[in-house]
Amino acid sequence: MSEIKIVNLRKQFGDFVAVEDSSFTVEDGEFLALLGPSGCGKTTTLRMIAGLELPTSGKIHLDGEDVTFNRASARDIAFVFQLFALYPHMNVFRNISFPLLSQGVAKAEIRARVEETAKLLRIDHILDRSVSGLAGGDRQRVALGRAIVRRPKCFLMDEPLGTLDAEFREVMVHELRELHNRIHATTVYVTHDQHEAMAMADKIAVMNHGVIEQYGTPQEIYNRPASMYVADFIGSPPMNFMRFHSGLKRGMRSIFLDGVEVAVPEMGEDAAPGEMALGVRPEHIRFSDRSPIRGAVYGSEYLGTNQIVAVETAAGIVKARVSADRSFRLGEAVGLEFNPAKLAVFDCASGRAIASSLYAEARHG
Amino acid sequence: MSSTNTTAHSVVEPTPTVKRIAGAIVILYALVTLVPLAWIFLTSIKSPPDSISYPPKIVFTPTLEGFCNLFTTRTRQTPDYIQSLPAPTGACDEITRSRNMVIAGPSNYWPRFGNSLVIAFGSTFLAVSLGTLAAYGFSRFRVPLADDLLFFILSTRMMPPIAVAIPIYLMYRQFGLSDTALGMILLYTAVNVSLAVWLLKGFIDEIPREYEEAAMIDGYTRLQAFWKVVLPQATTGIAATAIFCLIFAWNEYAFAVLLTSGSAQTAPPFIPTIIGEGGQDWPAVAAGTTIFLVPILVFTIILRKQLLRGITFGAVRK
Repeated sequence: MSEIKIVNLRKQFGDFVAVEDSSFTVEDGEFLALLGPSGCGKTTTLRMIAGLELPTSGKIHLDGEDVTFNRASARDIAFVFQLFALYPHMNVFRNISFPLLSQGVAKAEIRARVEETAKLLRIDHILDRSVSGLAGGDRQRVALGRAIVRRPKCFLMDEPLGTLDAEFREVMVHELRELHNRIHATTVYVTHDQHEAMAMADKIAVMNHGVIEQYGTPQEIYNRPASMYVADFIGSPPMNFMRFHSGLKRGMRSIFLDGVEVAVPEMGEDAAPGEMALGVRPEHIRFSDRSPIRGAVYGSEYLGTNQIVAVETAAGIVKARVSADRSFRLGEAVGLEFNPAKLAVFDCASGRAIASSLYAEARHG
Repeated sequence: MSSTNTTAHSVVEPTPTVKRIAGAIVILYALVTLVPLAWIFLTSIKSPPDSISYPPKIVFTPTLEGFCNLFTTRTRQTPDYIQSLPAPTGACDEITRSRNMVIAGPSNYWPRFGNSLVIAFGSTFLAVSLGTLAAYGFSRFRVPLADDLLFFILSTRMMPPIAVAIPIYLMYRQFGLSDTALGMILLYTAVNVSLAVWLLKGFIDEIPREYEEAAMIDGYTRLQAFWKVVLPQATTGIAATAIFCLIFAWNEYAFAVLLTSGSAQTAPPFIPTIIGEGGQDWPAVAAGTTIFLVPILVFTIILRKQLLRGITFGAVRK
């Protein structure tokens, strides 16, 4: 097992920049999720780490060794493909043993290791079956088996759950994380599904247009989004943005939203006057009749344990996650109250979060 | 991914009447195409007088005379001389003597047949090998001017090959390739390789790249991945391509007449010459043709599944 270090990685296809100046380090035994919409460069990044794609510039270090231009076969990494890429002309046993054959492992040991791996993944009863007849979940497990059987330096997974149906995906998310806890392999996992990333990863890198917008733990990404993009991409429903026009001064503890003063975490920097957005997570909103921030109920979505209520305010539609006890009438006038410690302020022009005490927490742990 | 057999398009189940009509058409067509083959076979077991009788004989006494004449050369002798010979050693000996002839030695049929085998299979092997590698290259790598190169390869088939017969004849004479098996193999390979590249590129394009990438991740070089993962999945395409190449090389007549005359002569130009040895010996010609049909028949039957898939390739989606 080992550490993956990416330094200023860049990949260009013709005029199209797929990955722009990415740098990050996946520590030994860590589970990193590369999260982003399709075309954001996450798969290209993964393929460069694997050696299936050569970077235009930048460096990839694996376990301290520069492998940027090494062949894929020389990197000792495993890759789980989105469509599994099980060799159709081989049975399950042969598929799992295939990477061992290339290393010249003795026959008896191959059998032992394949069987051990199959037991771990609970597929030891189908070793003699052809892979073409397998169900999605078993294919997935065979693909994982082929990856873990040779104990590589790290695992790379390219949306391995993308083709499974929703119900089964949850089972596999759990299994993958459990597998990771057991074998502690350095893992880079590409997905466009925030739930998968949040549920499994130790660290998440949110990518957009080839750029890593934020790199951090799921908690950091969720609670202290570095940009409007991240705030909008993570969370369902995503963070609400309430726009206002203002300049900001370091040390400010409140902003004015349509003339209403709203307490915010202490601002950590100045910002020139311009369009700003107050970012509020739906669960940090409470209804309060006394609150001066007024709105009318626009719709609600009952979720069992709680409900999402959409409220039309002067600053746009705001979605709040509140207890399911109370029922709302459409058009009902409500007052909104925000948890001041959890608010984020963004500069709309750059999309960047304005430094504040909310973010200072991050730096001090 | 999963090749589930879902009905992608709705098919109207044909009614029994439609099925019967379709069946009748297929049987009729099969009969029409099989009649010449049957006629050739029947002629091969007729005696020479039966073979040219008019109206043609449907009922006749089968004889091996045609095959005997095909495999041997004979000289005419006086009945007295034949009488003086020791007892005949086999059926052919007997039949030949009954025509006042004795067997002088083996004919050139088997050597010519052997030439055909070597040249047809040799050129097919070469064309398919080169074609597979080229098709893989075009399919997987960013080859500069790939489209132009592919068009150029295709364009070599746009004129009938025989149009360049004279230049090739002169070139072959210069290079000492005239009447050599190597020369014929190279020629047929050159003609077939374009077909092979185009057919195989289609098949290889259909094989997802992930398989090779998986193999390379699993510790294999690209060449090993090609050998262990791509080739096994391309067998259908390779088999179909091989049959097309083989049929062309096996049947080719014009170049064979022009470029081979002696030691490297193939069966197609040889078979018609049989008729000259002792009159209108149609049974011998028919016997030569019958045997000539066998290798392609066997090869096609062995690979018929692949051939069917190869022909319908692209028409049916998995």
